[in-house]
Amino acid sequence: MGKVTTVLGEGQTGFATTKFDALLGWARKFSLFQYPFVTACCGMEHMATAGPRYDVERFGAGAPRFSPRQSDLMWVVGTITQKQAPALKRIYEQMADPKYVIAFGTCASCGGFYDNYTTVPGIDKVIPVDVFIPGCPPRPEAVLDGLILLMEKIQNGDREPAVLPPQKIEPLVQLRAKQAQDAAKTAK
Amino acid sequence: MSVNVLKRLQSAFGARILETSSFRGDDEALVAPSHWLEVARFLRDDTSCTMNQFIDITAVDYPERELGLTPVPRFDVLLMVRSMSTNARVRLKTRVADKQELDSLTPLWRGADWTEREVYDMFGVIFRGHPDLRRILMYEEFEGYPLRKDYPITKTQPLVEYRDVGPSKLAPFGPEEGNPYGRIDWLARMSGRNLQVSPAIGVQQGQRPAISIASEDIGSHPVAGHIPAEPPSVLGVGGKK
Repeated sequence: MGKVTTVLGEGQTGFATTKFDALLGWARKFSLFQYPFVTACCGMEHMATAGPRYDVERFGAGAPRFSPRQSDLMWVVGTITQKQAPALKRIYEQMADPKYVIAFGTCASCGGFYDNYTTVPGIDKVIPVDVFIPGCPPRPEAVLDGLILLMEKIQNGDREPAVLPPQKIEPLVQLRAKQAQDAAKTAK
Repeated sequence: MSVNVLKRLQSAFGARILETSSFRGDDEALVAPSHWLEVARFLRDDTSCTMNQFIDITAVDYPERELGLTPVPRFDVLLMVRSMSTNARVRLKTRVADKQELDSLTPLWRGADWTEREVYDMFGVIFRGHPDLRRILMYEEFEGYPLRKDYPITKTQPLVEYRDVGPSKLAPFGPEEGNPYGRIDWLARMSGRNLQVSPAIGVQQGQRPAISIASEDIGSHPVAGHIPAEPPSVLGVGGKK
């Protein structure tokens, strides 16, 4: 703050107005201490995201805390079995408010292709989720998109679950349109 | 090699070996549950068998067999062993009914401990003399045996009460959401070049020759020789048309 007053010059003072909640949200979204609950192959993409090439640290969400008491953001990365669900719920309950959860990958989001007696069909059956990141596994770019989406939601005070929308890859959009056309033709 | 083991078993046990089969090096002997431990011990200790490496114990469920005119017990329990001195492999099979006890092989091979627990956990086969027969993969509260054919395919037994979040499975993940940042080069795919996801898969699917095949040999190659001169239509890739 001392710097600001020197920029304005002697005898002048400056100030900015904001809402308290917005200020709090701004502070929170840049200091996300993560708890990595990593169970399966998505963990490799999680590590890639943390590495220097994608560098999740620039969003202030890089420092992992392996105690739920010290963390704000839980990454649930991978398949959660019915046997693990009580541990997941307990760790979530041990986190201090405000706390956020990201379901990383298709298995954590909806059980993926494990539609059977062992697997929880999406961790939102057990704990509240803020952002779902689809992908099997999601690429680091998608993970960063999901993190940015969560940061926007924190800034806005929005706690509704959100699903990261797919990136519009232009050739893919064209391909789908062509497939739909052809399907309509064969239906005739 | 393993055929010799089967012959040795037949000469030692005679009619107590109920059946044998050999198919392309896949050798199997069937015994009654009452001879299970004895034959397994012979396989391990006999100097011409020396099956000293335990591979696995597993089971298969055939519930319809109990309904036939001559009912056969529903479970096949299979022991896979290998000899480290002769490199012979052999499979010993027996048939047990529900709630019928079978001798544990843990006195012969320590490795049988966890695999028998797994068979108990998944199929409910009870091993007599096992030191610690309890579930190994599923939780203690789990009721029933999930790999039995009569276990309901949609039945789950959650330990934590589910939150009320609407439909039981999140809907939005179609093929397009599966991986929005895929590794497939769509531009190349649509123009008919380089259709494969990876070179190895492309070779398997006959979309391109392996680099190791010289170009003049491609015509006679079993896979690469069948690559169509015209690139297949984009929609032909990936199965659905």
